[in-house]
Amino acid sequence: MELNQLTIHELQNRLRAGEATALEIVQALFKRIETVESRLKAYISLMKEDAFEGAIRADEAIKKGDINPLTGIPIALKDIYCTKGVRTTCGSRILHNYIPPYNATVVEKLQQAGAIFTGKTNMDEFAMGSSTETSFFGATRNPWDPERIPGGSSGGSAVAVAADECIAALGSDTGGSIRQPAALCGVVGMKPTYGRVSRFGLIAFASSLDQIGPFTKDVEDCAIIMNCIAGYDPKESTSVPADVPDYRDFLSRDIKGWTIGVPKEYFIEGIDPEVEQAVRQAIKVVEGLGAKTRDVSLPRTKYCLAVYYIVAPAEASSNLARYDGIKYGYRTPDSLDLLDMYKKSRSDGFGAEVKRRIMLGTYALSSGYYDAYYKKASQVRALIKQDFDEVFRTCDIILTPTTPTPAFKLGEKTDDPLQMYLSDILTISANLAGIPGISVPCGFSGSGLPIGLQFLASHFEEGKLMQIASAYEKNANLEKRRPHL
Amino acid sequence: MKITKKEVEYVAHLARLEFAEEEKEKFTSQLNDILMYMEMLNQIDTAGVEPMSHAIAQKNAFREDSIGESLDNEAALANAPDPRGDFFRVPKVIE
Repeated sequence: MELNQLTIHELQNRLRAGEATALEIVQALFKRIETVESRLKAYISLMKEDAFEGAIRADEAIKKGDINPLTGIPIALKDIYCTKGVRTTCGSRILHNYIPPYNATVVEKLQQAGAIFTGKTNMDEFAMGSSTETSFFGATRNPWDPERIPGGSSGGSAVAVAADECIAALGSDTGGSIRQPAALCGVVGMKPTYGRVSRFGLIAFASSLDQIGPFTKDVEDCAIIMNCIAGYDPKESTSVPADVPDYRDFLSRDIKGWTIGVPKEYFIEGIDPEVEQAVRQAIKVVEGLGAKTRDVSLPRTKYCLAVYYIVAPAEASSNLARYDGIKYGYRTPDSLDLLDMYKKSRSDGFGAEVKRRIMLGTYALSSGYYDAYYKKASQVRALIKQDFDEVFRTCDIILTPTTPTPAFKLGEKTDDPLQMYLSDILTISANLAGIPGISVPCGFSGSGLPIGLQFLASHFEEGKLMQIASAYEKNANLEKRRPHL
Repeated sequence: MKITKKEVEYVAHLARLEFAEEEKEKFTSQLNDILMYMEMLNQIDTAGVEPMSHAIAQKNAFREDSIGESLDNEAALANAPDPRGDFFRVPKVIE
């Protein structure tokens, strides 16, 4: 095993025992990046110099015994987090040259924990997409089959972890943008509760839905990252001032006597038979661990997608109004006047999917349509949340597939927005209800593509997600595979 | 038809976007498909349901009105496409 293939906790042990240095880890990683990156395009920008300097500093700190939870661990950041002095594009032409003057809170927190940053990963433009094909910087490819998409919008982060181009990564999840690519790339991905992780410095897409979370190689690493990033931030008015437990404490607990809800609406027509089989097998594994499973109903599931594609574009159209070509970002030269400059800069700076959503959102919020769309959607959203509240009265966890199918081919859904939107159908509900969810690998399709299993829990129950995901991971006896590149 | 080409043009103006003829046609047809799909929400009776704006009910997050750190002019202007002195320069606003 090369150092870049190991997990955070394995590397921590080696670093502490003096069996590896941070410099060796970073060297192994960048050697890997040189070998595979041209085929995968997981990164928009690499931070090679910073990473090597960080490694030298980490090794000095370790020598002095000054060891923090992520000292010497290389982590990749989705290119949606502001990084002071490092270009942050959000996958868009309109921010292609933007160099933030400040750090996002999660970036500061990871830095304080000792992390080394490897670079900024590729993503769908402004996180609007399910395949990482809408990036201004080109598409990212799935390491399990480079003809296929990695999922999105945090596709670059998922690929960087799956292809050992970093040890762990951060993404953001507005309708499934962490869990869906984690499932399609065969890694662990978590969307925490709305308000659990500060979004200060996260470039906004849909503010009532966006949440930050980790991509990792296993559940223990997920707990380690969550321990570093969760918690209240006075700079973020929606972050919640609630205590954060030590998530590692949940990893060794059993799930005996738990009730697991299996919602019938998530085993829909159109679900791939191999996905269904893998998830049914996973149900047997958790039953074998002493949990009871129970058929439950989330009756408004079929409305989630319609609600999401009103709420998210409406909020996006408002958030993206700030890109005006004046204070930062792209400006089209030679405009006639101010209005012409706005229109030209925004039309040239945004890609087709972003413009489609701005149009949809502006329409839904416009005078005369607000009640019919945004208000109606927000009311149905309240009912969707009630469905979850009802199930969590009797269940500890909800278990579902993460995606209806394994990874699809590049270009397969780009001409049909609705088909693309449907690939998020099993993940969107958690964002609407604000609850946490985790996707863990649960096997492979016959053609060797990863399949993901999703666990959902009630608000602020990330610990329970770690507990069941870890118990499942240890007992599922899944074949260990790595992508051949 | 949920949305006409004329409405697409109006909404584009509201959003400060502009499209070529061909794009307008494409957007009109795609937005129609999406809006038709959303029709399904009318199957649900939502009379008396309080609209949900955020998943976690939070009160206003107030802080002390005290002076903290802020960006200096140089940093604030560093990303501007057309800075002049201490200002952001824009095309003419007044006829």
